[in-house]
Amino acid sequence: MAKHSKKRLRTGVQTAFTALSNGYLVGFLQGKIYTGPTKALCLPGLNCYSCPGALGSCPIGSLQAVLGSRTFSVSFYVLGFLMAVGALWGRFVCGWLCPFGLIQDLIYKIPFPKKLKKIPADRYLKGLKYVILAVFVILLPLFAVDVTGMGDPWFCKYICPSGTLMAGLPLLAANTALRSAAGWLFAWKSAILAVILFLSLLISRPFCRYLCPLGALYGFMNKASFYRLVLDEDLCIHCGKCEEACDLNIPVLTSQNSMECIRCGDCKNACPTGALHSTLDQLLTYKTGTGSSCQSPSSK
Amino acid sequence: MSKALKKYKAPILLGAGILFLVIGAFRGEIAVVLQKAIIICLECVGIG
Repeated sequence: MAKHSKKRLRTGVQTAFTALSNGYLVGFLQGKIYTGPTKALCLPGLNCYSCPGALGSCPIGSLQAVLGSRTFSVSFYVLGFLMAVGALWGRFVCGWLCPFGLIQDLIYKIPFPKKLKKIPADRYLKGLKYVILAVFVILLPLFAVDVTGMGDPWFCKYICPSGTLMAGLPLLAANTALRSAAGWLFAWKSAILAVILFLSLLISRPFCRYLCPLGALYGFMNKASFYRLVLDEDLCIHCGKCEEACDLNIPVLTSQNSMECIRCGDCKNACPTGALHSTLDQLLTYKTGTGSSCQSPSSK
Repeated sequence: MSKALKKYKAPILLGAGILFLVIGAFRGEIAVVLQKAIIICLECVGIG
């Protein structure tokens, strides 16, 4: 398959999954959210459960909801879901199934005078998502509780631009009562969203790189998941085209399964010798009995 | 990490994940998630 058709395939999968998991169209028209039983199930990507179309729940929102509840101080249900998805796919979810990832990808496609591989302090900013995961998603909802013992979803409340875009804006547009209640918090969250959307013009996936706690969690499982990238040292000619193609500035040759890799597949597509492939490619090649590029691999 | 553990870390993680999911379901966590997800989350929207 040609490079461009592979890119189109990914955009197609992202769009189809976003449309399917947010298919309650009546919600957008009436300024309401879906209240059916499928809302008990988590979606793999950062998909706000207050998006009018959402048919499932955001795993990060659900994690904070359970941790902030009076009854539970640990969420086996959400952690189990994240571990299972992470074990299968790792951050493949970020690259292929996350609605907010799709938005950033689409904005990055818009021509802009200067596209950057990274911004200043990129190395340190990458660590911010782990701090956000620990502080805003786990510690604050768990320990900063009110008199009734309930904690706020701090990440959703003060940071999440996906919630502002997918839930805040459509709900406020269609619901007058909510619109009249919007104040400084909405302005703050809209400002974060605006900054992220602007940065998406300049660099690929700024939110996923620096702020997303879900990406941070899945990143821990990138090295362990069934879906991994594999480099065949015998076929690699060290041309560096894989690293050139990576918009996230990952040193592909030395770290194919970096915690930062969202499995977009651009490096694989750029490889002229087929030295770089995924464990899924290996499986398919083995099953169909075609190709010779999937032997003696080394994965880092 | 031993070679065997390295080889089986994905299935172990998957198995543990499924086990956690089931434990969470039995503990009644699904109800908490559903309860939160079927009302408009004012915090997510940027109001509350």
